[in-house]
Amino acid sequence: MHEISLCEGVLQVLQENAVSQGYSKVKTVWLEIGALSGVEPEAMRFGFDVVMKNSLADGARLEIIHLPGEAWCMQCSKSVQVSARFEACPECSSYQLQVTGGDEMRIKQLEVD
Amino acid sequence: MCTVCGCGEGETQIEGHDHHHHDHGEQHGHTHDYGQGPAHAHAPGMTQSRMVRIEQDILSKNNQYAAANRRYFQQHGILGLNLVSSPGSGKTTLLTRTIDDLQSDYAMAVIEGDQQTANDAERIRATGVKALQINTGKGCHLDGHMVGHALVTLKPEDGSLLFIENVGNLVCPAAFDLGEAHKVAILSVTEGEDKPLKYPDMFHAADLMLLNKIDLLPYLDFDVARCIAYAQQVNPRIKVLQLSATTGEGMQAWYQWIAATRQMALVGHPALAV
Repeated sequence: MHEISLCEGVLQVLQENAVSQGYSKVKTVWLEIGALSGVEPEAMRFGFDVVMKNSLADGARLEIIHLPGEAWCMQCSKSVQVSARFEACPECSSYQLQVTGGDEMRIKQLEVD
Repeated sequence: MCTVCGCGEGETQIEGHDHHHHDHGEQHGHTHDYGQGPAHAHAPGMTQSRMVRIEQDILSKNNQYAAANRRYFQQHGILGLNLVSSPGSGKTTLLTRTIDDLQSDYAMAVIEGDQQTANDAERIRATGVKALQINTGKGCHLDGHMVGHALVTLKPEDGSLLFIENVGNLVCPAAFDLGEAHKVAILSVTEGEDKPLKYPDMFHAADLMLLNKIDLLPYLDFDVARCIAYAQQVNPRIKVLQLSATTGEGMQAWYQWIAATRQMALVGHPALAV
């Protein structure tokens, strides 16, 4: 959707943590991206290199950890996997699902110098 | 440089602000070269690289700005509504009609987001309500930071209604919290009835869907029931109101929703409740 803005968000977090964590160069960034987060990993990779240019993360490697979409089905009373928000429960076809996981877009960890 | 948050130059233009918003902090073109890794390390046996656990949301920065806006709204008893839709759904017409009809009941203010031009803010100002235009430049959505700045300039009255008309886009504004009480999605019947399925994130994030331009239904092949079913499929909690900002049909229900929602914003502000 707006992966460039998201990459700028990543860069802000990297810059803020640089002081508190005492690093000046970021070599690898691990991101957790959920299947329901609306983030397109390929666009993220494209935006990442562009946004990180001339920053403390110039040339950094981007590792994306994909997390599956998870929802609680009220009819089945259990957790099921879904790949989109409008999907029905794969077991009972109900739409009464509460998304419980997979909407993450989080910076998990960094390799820094 | 901005005195509120220290932001520098960029592309966003907020009326009445001579500085611009920029996302990347400093980029003075300096890169520090600390060698190529362990082989260049000064301390023998120690690698220069280390791992730092961050566990921070990518949108955490935006969420901080949004939380500050939300606090401001709470302190001042302001009801902030974030209006989202495709371009051309009739957002601005809906807003001008709403303002005309409710102006005698409430103090109101509007933040207008568009990529370019101040046309919409001018349309709002023509109603007599104060409005501020934010031009996002190449940006596809408003963010918490831009709205925070707009509040400083706009200074909405205590107890007022603040409408934030987001950039016409059903994708990006879904993820960016502005500190609003509710997202209101506007869908017009001249669009596809399956838009809630095509853009599920937005309809999932919205608390209310306004189905606009219903005066045109006789001329269109738009299945209202199916559209509402799609919206509820994506978001079982969503409320749907059908209206026409042109004829005024159904607008009373929208005003009722505003009145009820505003009461919630006024909880804890007895002096402002009227």
